[in-house]
Amino acid sequence: MTTNKFYNAIFAAGITLILACLMIGVKLDTSGTQLAVKGATTAQWTWIGGGIAIVFLSQLFTNQIDALFRMIPKPSISTMLPEEKKMATLKPWLIAGAIVIMVIWPFMVSRGSVDLATLTLIYIMLGLGLNIVVGLAGLLDLGFVAFYAVGAYTYALLSQYFGLSFWVCLPISAGMAALFGFILGFPVLRLRGDYLAIVTLGFGEIIRILLNNWTEVTGGPSGISGIAKPTLFGLEFTRKAKGGEDAMTFHDYFNLDYSSSYKVIFLYLIAILLVCIVIYVINRLMRMPIGRAWEALREDEIACRSLGLNRTAIKLSAFTLGASTAGFAGAFFSARQGFISPESFIFIESAIILAIVVLGGMGSQMGIILAAIVMTILPELAREFSEYRMLLFGLLMVLMMRWRPDGLIPTKRPQLELKQ
Amino acid sequence: MSEFSLYLLQQLINGLTIGSTYALIAIGYTMVYGIIGMINFAHGEIYMIGSYITFIVIAGLMSMGIVSLPIILIIALVVAMFMASTYGWAVERVAYRPLRGTNRLIPLISAIGMSIFLQNAVGISQGFRDVALPPMVSGGWAFGNPADFEVTVSYMQVIIFAVTFVTMTLLTLFISKSRMGRACRACAEDLGMTNLLGINTNKVIALTFIIGAALAAIAGLLLGLYYGVVNPFVGFIAGLKAFTAAVLGGIGSIPGAVLGGLILGVTEAMTAAFFPSEYKDVVAFGLLITILLFRPSGLLGKPEIEKV
Repeated sequence: MTTNKFYNAIFAAGITLILACLMIGVKLDTSGTQLAVKGATTAQWTWIGGGIAIVFLSQLFTNQIDALFRMIPKPSISTMLPEEKKMATLKPWLIAGAIVIMVIWPFMVSRGSVDLATLTLIYIMLGLGLNIVVGLAGLLDLGFVAFYAVGAYTYALLSQYFGLSFWVCLPISAGMAALFGFILGFPVLRLRGDYLAIVTLGFGEIIRILLNNWTEVTGGPSGISGIAKPTLFGLEFTRKAKGGEDAMTFHDYFNLDYSSSYKVIFLYLIAILLVCIVIYVINRLMRMPIGRAWEALREDEIACRSLGLNRTAIKLSAFTLGASTAGFAGAFFSARQGFISPESFIFIESAIILAIVVLGGMGSQMGIILAAIVMTILPELAREFSEYRMLLFGLLMVLMMRWRPDGLIPTKRPQLELKQ
Repeated sequence: MSEFSLYLLQQLINGLTIGSTYALIAIGYTMVYGIIGMINFAHGEIYMIGSYITFIVIAGLMSMGIVSLPIILIIALVVAMFMASTYGWAVERVAYRPLRGTNRLIPLISAIGMSIFLQNAVGISQGFRDVALPPMVSGGWAFGNPADFEVTVSYMQVIIFAVTFVTMTLLTLFISKSRMGRACRACAEDLGMTNLLGINTNKVIALTFIIGAALAAIAGLLLGLYYGVVNPFVGFIAGLKAFTAAVLGGIGSIPGAVLGGLILGVTEAMTAAFFPSEYKDVVAFGLLITILLFRPSGLLGKPEIEKV
């Protein structure tokens, strides 16, 4: 047994050496006219040696390390929460408290963190939207960012060409994204899971390529700039009112000094409002027959069909609703940025949103909110290693799947077990 | 022949060239999917790594003063296949094996993470910008009247056809004749049953990842030399195209992957002939959606039987 272990460890160390050769050992040198290869410096070889030693030792002592890890107690969130009965009475208060804190909070912190919070809220919206498709209905969508792009461009174009306001465009954007979801979903939802994944991935690419090349309308790679910001019942948040004679700015109307942070806080509050609407609607939907049907379909498709549920209609409704949430988020995103380009809607965004849903524990709303916060704030904290940010992100995705495949907060479903 | 048909012939040749490399990458997807029923999302990255290793080996050998082209290419091919297989094996070991038997989404996400990781690891160590290699194989044959339109078949294209053909033949022989190949087919039929019959399925699964990675490395070498440029992001779109090819031909079927690759390559080349070349990806994915609508199991795939 020990010799076997030893052999394993040597093997793993050898593999690590081979893998490290490309990553650190040699480097292509493009500075000259001729392509050349540079060897690593001594310091880098030390790093490689250290890495190999770690792999060797960890393979040699796997049992001991495993035993050590098992001694660390796993915190379980469900045991920390009070009992269900107490929870039911506490819940409305907790929600009200959370909302109050969320509303007061931006007035006390810096502009930068409010901005970051707004971004987080956008990701929460996207995560909740994708959660309907992936978490509840069990349809793997790898091109979710396409609907986000549709929403964003709908608002940007409508405001650019027709001067429509944010509040009018918000439902239109959501509707437009839903329409795209419907058009895509109608033919492809008959397909098996993995085919669906690849078709949606392809669709995401198609949308991005079209946005990039349809220069006359979308502005191509340079995007659309100067998108109008949202207004508060017609009050603008700029220094000087732009919208004609009777337009007024927020600070004039309330006799305040102009401050750019009003706008940031206002956007944050809109985001809070939108997220609350989305959460409320999805919560209601989950308790309606259609929501139950989504989950039932995910669990057992054949059983659902034999009970007379219309498979296509159910899947299509999930797909369309998820898309419309993304459209919602997209419209808000373009209003917040004031500038959008196809660069914002690349595949990596879809991957991040999917990672939020999976990390949060598929189907659990609290988990998704938590995961969205983690996923947006962690990269900000890792600003110093900006070069390594995506590297760490990828690594984190792999490690999370290995250690907590059920997500941060696994969904609790009421279940009854037949004891024999 | 008229000028127009010669132009089409040229596009057909170009399309088949690209298509055969798609087929090489697609086999990796199709074999893995055939056995464990999962999309190997990091496969495109293995192809990219194959390209990088080729470039490194060629640059290294040239700076050592070796000028003989066949020797350089053969050494590059062997090293690229070996290194890429190691990467393929490691991906299976880290991102797939510990997660086998969980919800289908979990390995997929960890593979996406792996793909992001590899992309950035190569980017950080080798630089995110394009790396260019001077053309190694130049020249070719030309047909037709030089006055109006000449169809050219470059030596590089001939090499691509030849290498692809030899590789496919070897693979087919391996799968149909060898003991391991038979085990592969048995696993694709029924993994659990094969395991019960005393075949080490873990080994077989690792082997499919290794074979797929080696083929992707061959494609990486060929396309790297053909285009002469590589950057850390080439793997994503190539992987996507190859997966499209695999689905087009019927996922799980090796001849299907080849057929799908060729069809996809020709379609792209023909699109590029008549429309701005940016739209060729749109047409490729459009083709995928259309095929799936009318033949959801792909061109050569077996229709799935639902089991209760």
